[in-house]
Amino acid sequence: MSSLLSLAIWIPIFGALVVFAAGNDKKLARWAALAVAIVGFLVTLPLYFNFDVTQAGMQFVEQRPWIPRFNIEYLLGVDGISMLFILLNSFITIIVIIAGWEVIEDKVAQYMGAFLIMSGLMNGIFSSLDAVLFYVFFEASLIPMYIIIGIWGGPNRVYAAFKFFLYTLLGSLLMLIALIWLFLQSGGSFNLLEWHQLRIDMAPQILLFLAFLVAFAVKVPMWPVHTWLPDAHVEAPTGGSVVLAAIMLKLGAYGFLRFSLPIAPDASQYLAPLMITLSLIAVIYIGFVALVQADMKKLIAYSSISHMGFVTLGFFIFNQLGVEGALVQMISHGFISAAMFLCVGVMYDRMHSRQIADYGGVVNTMPKFAGFMVLFAMANSGLPATSGFVGEFMVILGAVKYNFWIGFLAATTLILGAAYTLWMVKRVIFGAVANSHVAELSDINSREFLFLALLALCVLAMGLYPYPFTDVMHASVDNLLKHVAVSKL
Amino acid sequence: MLKNFIPPDLFPAMPEIFLVLMACVILLVDAFLGRTQRWIVAALTIVSLIGCALITYQTMDGQVVLTFSNMFVDDLLADFLKLMLYLAVIVVVIYSRDYLVARQLDKGEYYVLVLFATVGMMVMISAAHFLTIYLGLELLSLSLYALVAIDRDSPKATEAAMKYFVLGALASGLLLYGMSMVYGATGTLEIGGVAQALHLGVANKTVLVFGLVFIVSGVAFKLGAVPFHMWVPDVYQGAPTPITLLIASAPKLAAYAIAMRMLVYGLFELAEHWQSMLMILAVLSIALGNLAAIAQTNIKRMLAYSTISHMGFMLLALMSGVVGPDKHFALNAYSSAMYYAVAYVIMSLGAFGMILLLSRAGYEAEHLDDLKGLNQRSPWFAAVMLAIMFSMAGVPFFVGFFAKFSVLLAAVDAGHIAVAVFAVMFSLIGAFYYLRVVKLMYFDAPVDNAPIQASLDMRFLLSLNGAAVALFGIFPDTLISLCTYALMRSL
Repeated sequence: MSSLLSLAIWIPIFGALVVFAAGNDKKLARWAALAVAIVGFLVTLPLYFNFDVTQAGMQFVEQRPWIPRFNIEYLLGVDGISMLFILLNSFITIIVIIAGWEVIEDKVAQYMGAFLIMSGLMNGIFSSLDAVLFYVFFEASLIPMYIIIGIWGGPNRVYAAFKFFLYTLLGSLLMLIALIWLFLQSGGSFNLLEWHQLRIDMAPQILLFLAFLVAFAVKVPMWPVHTWLPDAHVEAPTGGSVVLAAIMLKLGAYGFLRFSLPIAPDASQYLAPLMITLSLIAVIYIGFVALVQADMKKLIAYSSISHMGFVTLGFFIFNQLGVEGALVQMISHGFISAAMFLCVGVMYDRMHSRQIADYGGVVNTMPKFAGFMVLFAMANSGLPATSGFVGEFMVILGAVKYNFWIGFLAATTLILGAAYTLWMVKRVIFGAVANSHVAELSDINSREFLFLALLALCVLAMGLYPYPFTDVMHASVDNLLKHVAVSKL
Repeated sequence: MLKNFIPPDLFPAMPEIFLVLMACVILLVDAFLGRTQRWIVAALTIVSLIGCALITYQTMDGQVVLTFSNMFVDDLLADFLKLMLYLAVIVVVIYSRDYLVARQLDKGEYYVLVLFATVGMMVMISAAHFLTIYLGLELLSLSLYALVAIDRDSPKATEAAMKYFVLGALASGLLLYGMSMVYGATGTLEIGGVAQALHLGVANKTVLVFGLVFIVSGVAFKLGAVPFHMWVPDVYQGAPTPITLLIASAPKLAAYAIAMRMLVYGLFELAEHWQSMLMILAVLSIALGNLAAIAQTNIKRMLAYSTISHMGFMLLALMSGVVGPDKHFALNAYSSAMYYAVAYVIMSLGAFGMILLLSRAGYEAEHLDDLKGLNQRSPWFAAVMLAIMFSMAGVPFFVGFFAKFSVLLAAVDAGHIAVAVFAVMFSLIGAFYYLRVVKLMYFDAPVDNAPIQASLDMRFLLSLNGAAVALFGIFPDTLISLCTYALMRSL
């Protein structure tokens, strides 16, 4: 029995305790956190390299009794759907630690520790195959995020932190009841894989689907329960926004694949029109909302919602292209949104403003930075050869196969995405130097160059050669779709 | 006459007898000690409780033993609850010491009254007869009334004591009246006898249900369930914090025990009747407790309303037993109620312990604002309080989550899905005020920068308390299984 997944979960969490112990020693805390994050990432690498792409089932499985009284197990495992997210998460953790290096001066140890704990908890979410274990990680991850937004956030941070916590808790509590119901229905098991085989009538399936929908839709977030996200993003410190956009939003989408589709396939098919409609509203309407934002972070937040609409759209058209495209889109969005928020963070650290109107002509004073920003903006609007294109194109192809008009509406994102991203870049980066503050800007230092370059590398690599990413998910996605096609009534 | 007298088997009641004797010894010893030697009394109190624990542990054999003409029972349920009770009271005594010394309240009476209250709770836990329950309850209540008023110069405390006494006396009256109905219908007050009379169908059900209403009201009063909760916020706020700590912790175990003894052991045949009564109490308590807590600015009052909602959750578990020919079918429900009570005691000890930690000589940390910026004053204790607050809100990985989880499991199992959804929605509302405490500690700047003054033993114990909240959340099985096992062997 391999214990790689346990290591991926507990190294960051126990590492965080070490970082906390650093107390007021800022330097020690930073280096310790970086060391933990790097070790945490290294232990996840064998997950990719030892992964058997021909196998659709769970790999690297760990199984131990945890709470025998309720037959709850410490059951971990990954398949082609979840494995990449563990790598992504561990990778983003390193970026976040580097990005907070000099920026965070207040309670450094707690800041770094909170991110490490969150990283461990998220790895737990992606690898849990026991419903209670999943739920426990899912809820516990709210605590560090609440603290991060509340302590290191902007002026309206308390409001944003509460809204974030209560909104997400609302969803997950209903899911808890659904999990308990499934436990009783399955004759006393919390094993997700067993639940996938459970026969359920249509009416309870629909109720289950709706309970899961509330939990995951809030997390994704889908229109109309997305309103917490712009607040949380705007108020969170840069690192918080990065983790929120790159990883936390993926939890909801992942939940659909792990819970809603396989447990309630008939309800999923039945309610697919609803899900597709909500997704298209997110893609189009939120795209327009993003267009009119004056705050850069808010704009990227709305752009995230719009992109996640694409992901849920891909899931509910039930074909290989759609689901795989959605998964690729999730990973790619993890890189791109992280990069975009980091870019805004770089500018904010210098100007202490996120208003588009305060900028203009940044390329004149920060040429290197402008290069990166333009690249990521292009990726965000789905330019071919960047990772943003691959996922969107696959989903659009899948959608056209499913129904031409759905594909057509989804494709408008290519126009809208380009419009809001490039228009923002135009106003911020290009043009004449807008004011004396912009004229005094200094270009990125080597630390900032490092994390932007790392992300740029990922974005380009995935855009030019997505095969290593799609290859691992084929078998699992195929299996999932076959499973969903079979009625459980 | 005396020839027929068979002396009762005193063995099962050894812990109670020992503790009463020790209380008398302490009362005497205290008379010879000066103010500066008062620590001896505290030490003796703790030693007596540890001695009690040893006796209980030694005599624990898993058998159900009745004694004193079937008025007193010693079973695993009683032993387990008593062990938890001693632990809780020891923690209470240690947490309270600094506070009491600083206010010159550490009189010998305090310790003796605490011990008598403990004996009262032990008698309640071991009761096999309605009158034994009443006796234990009165011993506990009278000790508590006096304790609330121990600070004689405080008008607030006196008012609280008065309110507690008047309402408490009323509740005792209700309970006694209910018992008399049970006696009228069944001709006995022995819990086993009542159950048998019900089983044989010889009792008049109308009279019994009439009495049941009063019994449930009496228990609800002691638990502080809505609509019998009026005393809770006032007493919690008015009483000196160490006394609030005592009232908010250990008696919940005893209240769980008498609810079990009377309703499950005695009146199980009437389960459908009392289950619907408990449902009303549970739903109202969860709703009102969580809503009213939001509006509070005083921590003790806020925690009082939070207690009300927690007791609602416990009642939710108690009402979820499956009614069948065998009580064991309902084991899940009753053990989750027990687990909830134990988890609640652990959390509540920590929460009130934190208030005591922040209070100093001449300064009461009573307002929520006193927690402001605790993370800057002491990151460690802020983390402890964070664990306790998230635990009370029912967020994993803390003990409170699994307590709520097992209760919800029992409720859904009994088919009360709507009630379970209702309960989680209100715990969402409840999460708000726990989050607010975390917000004050972490997001706000401190108003008071005084270093935390507390003795080493208190710091250590409070840290341990916080660790327990987290550890029982990460490894919840031990506690859950112990509760289930103790109950299984005793039903």
